[in-house]
Amino acid sequence: MKELSLNILDIMMNSVKAGATLIGLTIEETDDLLTVDITDNGCGMSEETVKKISDPFFTTRTTRKVGMGVPFYILAAQQTGGSVDIRSVEAPAPDHGTEVKAVFHKDHIDYTPLGDVVSSLMILIQGYPEIDFAFRHVINGKEVRLFTSEIKEQIGDIPINSFEILGWIKEYIEEQYAN
Amino acid sequence: MKTLAELAQIREQMKSKMAVRDSEGSMRVVVGMATCGIAAGARPVLNAFVEEVNKENLEERVSVSQTGCIGICQFEPVAEVFEGDTKTTYVKLTADKAKRIVAEHLKNGRVVEEYTIGAFQK
Repeated sequence: MKELSLNILDIMMNSVKAGATLIGLTIEETDDLLTVDITDNGCGMSEETVKKISDPFFTTRTTRKVGMGVPFYILAAQQTGGSVDIRSVEAPAPDHGTEVKAVFHKDHIDYTPLGDVVSSLMILIQGYPEIDFAFRHVINGKEVRLFTSEIKEQIGDIPINSFEILGWIKEYIEEQYAN
Repeated sequence: MKTLAELAQIREQMKSKMAVRDSEGSMRVVVGMATCGIAAGARPVLNAFVEEVNKENLEERVSVSQTGCIGICQFEPVAEVFEGDTKTTYVKLTADKAKRIVAEHLKNGRVVEEYTIGAFQK
């Protein structure tokens, strides 16, 4: 994929599919390192499944026999000298969910740029208004944050994915980046 | 600087404007957003649908959402338009094509034949 933000969107769609009600995206960035931590409280995976998901010929979908999302993500990290660590707890354990933690070396020539993370986040908020997203991007110690739960507290029964609210959220995030 | 408190004001303004979604003649646009779709460029297509639907004031009749793998990966980006019992499958989309679909099909009821899967399979 052309930008890591597209891989991130792809991996977060897995969290949606797992039935998560809360999905966290934490990005920590310095001049030479990018760490992306995606966590969810979805149904999780067994240990055997976690071992299989890096295989492109393993997928839970029924329409095709390949699942490229996780393999692409791992490739993107490994080609910069980085890595992807996946931990999961399967339901019905009370702390069920999955964490996908990726490390990318920005100074490597094969580093795919992060790209438009805000756009990926907005697509998820627009498409899944019932899910809560907790977004934090820390760049050299300064933080940009957006927690949909805080937004929902303010807007009451207005749907978070109404056009005006989405527009406001996008500007709210972009303003934080500008500072 | 924006504050969360502003949202309470926006909420008040919107409350008076909130119309009930009209289910008569309503349409659903579903954009494929699996790995294949995302890699092929579905993100700007979805954004274009959302923006154009709002621009043309169709929000009450048209919902835009996303789904996983539709099964026709070679044709991504794909969007399916559901109205009543019918489904139109648009393939190999771009943001510009999405805009045209909103203007011609969603607004005026005319399917854009050349973007449909049928046109590609001839």
